[in-house]
Amino acid sequence: MAVVTELPAREDGASPAGRRTSFLRRMKGQTQLILMSVPIVAYVILFSYFPIWGWTMAFQQFRPGFSFWEQEWVGFKHFKFLFGDAAFLNVLRNTVAMSLINMVLGFVTAISFAILLNEVRQRFFKRTIQTISYLPHFLSWIIVTGIVANALSVEGGIVNVVLMKLGIIREPIMWLNEPHYFWGIVGAAHVWKEVGWNAIIYLAAMASIDPALYEAAEMDGANRYQKMLHITLPGIKPIIVILLIMNLGWILEAGFEVQYLLGNGVVVDWSQTIDIFVLKYGLQIGNYSLATAAGIFKTVVSITMIFAANTIAKRLGEERLI
Amino acid sequence: MRRSTPQLEPVVFHTLNTLAMLMLAVVTLYPFLNTLAVSFNAGNDTIRGGIYLWPRVWSLQNYKAVFVSGTIYNAFWVSVARTVIATVISLFLTSMLAYTVSRREYVFRKPITIIVVLTMYFNAGLIPYYFLIKDLNLLNKFLVYIIPGLISAFNMIVIRTYMQQLPDGLIESAKIDGAGDFRTFLYIVLPLCQPVLATVALFIAVGQWNSWFDTFLFASSKQHLSTLQYELMKLLSSTMVQSTSAAAMYGADPSAKLTQVTPVSIRAAITIVASVPILLVYPFLQKYFVHGLQLGSMKD
Repeated sequence: MAVVTELPAREDGASPAGRRTSFLRRMKGQTQLILMSVPIVAYVILFSYFPIWGWTMAFQQFRPGFSFWEQEWVGFKHFKFLFGDAAFLNVLRNTVAMSLINMVLGFVTAISFAILLNEVRQRFFKRTIQTISYLPHFLSWIIVTGIVANALSVEGGIVNVVLMKLGIIREPIMWLNEPHYFWGIVGAAHVWKEVGWNAIIYLAAMASIDPALYEAAEMDGANRYQKMLHITLPGIKPIIVILLIMNLGWILEAGFEVQYLLGNGVVVDWSQTIDIFVLKYGLQIGNYSLATAAGIFKTVVSITMIFAANTIAKRLGEERLI
Repeated sequence: MRRSTPQLEPVVFHTLNTLAMLMLAVVTLYPFLNTLAVSFNAGNDTIRGGIYLWPRVWSLQNYKAVFVSGTIYNAFWVSVARTVIATVISLFLTSMLAYTVSRREYVFRKPITIIVVLTMYFNAGLIPYYFLIKDLNLLNKFLVYIIPGLISAFNMIVIRTYMQQLPDGLIESAKIDGAGDFRTFLYIVLPLCQPVLATVALFIAVGQWNSWFDTFLFASSKQHLSTLQYELMKLLSSTMVQSTSAAAMYGADPSAKLTQVTPVSIRAAITIVASVPILLVYPFLQKYFVHGLQLGSMKD
């Protein structure tokens, strides 16, 4: 959730003519800083940027064991195949749908929870609830999907038990075997895991709203809900905008773990995401070229979205990311 | 009627709000308490159903099975080792990098920040990454848990922002005393960063402890490199199958030769073992990570 904005660099006497010499002179005095940072940056480049070289695989009919020069080049064949492939279009649909559901549910629940918790007056109760709400964030998806599977089980799973006691359903539902419930279950699992954690940032923003604003509103006769709507929400709007921009960059990151762990043969048409597609074609079937092409598509979309969102925010005079 | 509204409304609102918050606490805690109860209940009794918050037939067999089973005992220690080693190394390197980009006079400050931050949105994809790990000869090595993920952009920014808030005079005076940047970082800046270091250490440690995908991808053929989460993952997939055909899976687990122990009950025990270390730590670090998250999103 990091937002990077640069402090204005100190312009120590950098007139255009003297810039080059002063740069070298400054560099000389910073040997230790360079030694402390450059090797780590080289490491980052090796693990995060160097693998881009592997993108060449997407334009080849890649066969492992052969050298780079022996590969057969096929141009955009794999990309063309992907966009005509029903299976890929299907995982693309699932990815975008689940990612949007997670995003909308995530924002709405975290903001609502933050607003409601902010209204709690007893400090001890507030702190206790907040501490409890973080708990699931620290559990792994393995544990969380285990909990979800237990809760939704037909054999005494709590969801079925409660719904039957309330008389809403007569027979236990096999939630995880119903394709149309899958997206909703994934969304609910995300909410369960992250609602408390995501609310932290909004609660912090609310704490920094000037209390005088609330007092003034009270004197004007505003009630609780008007204060929420006209003071609290506008107060946290900048942070909401920033987080929205950042999340747009992750539009194709619907997750891998939840779908992989909760999905099964029955719901496969609704559960598989691009990441699972890549894993399946790449490492299990061995069609490295096709899987790499799908991966490239994902990264390109992500970068495009983040720059587009950033530009739009800039135009609107909102907070920006980069 | 109009006059009573101002007094009635707060009462109604606070009651409903308190109820809503309590509901949330119950929904959050219940699955966990239920798992705890199942883990202390005899496995063959759990199958009958109806275990909610309290064990019906108390038993320590599930935990015994976890620690008697060489596989899980070993996986536990692999998890501990990777968490401790990676947290120490990663924390040191991340804060060193953060220190350099917190120095405003540093000539490479901006390019380095951009290179690191872009990694949040950018990755070459699974397949090229897999080949990189393979070419670096890290497949099926313990080091594959440590080496790849040492620098996270988010953590770096959190530490950098904290360091930028330290008074400038501190570093100036260290410089005047003749300390180089490395000494300044190690002896002046680091000791002052304890709150943010605690936060980031928690983030790294939780990520390491909870990780299973790297085991799955890069080390799944080596049993001695298996981690607690990966063992849990294998059990989860076997119990998910089990819910449709309960009898078929019973006994499929190697530890099931101990009576009273079923995949469901042993999974509950491992879940508790895998989550208790984190649950013991995080409430105490709460005030730090709340602050740390704020720093990560702060505008300069």
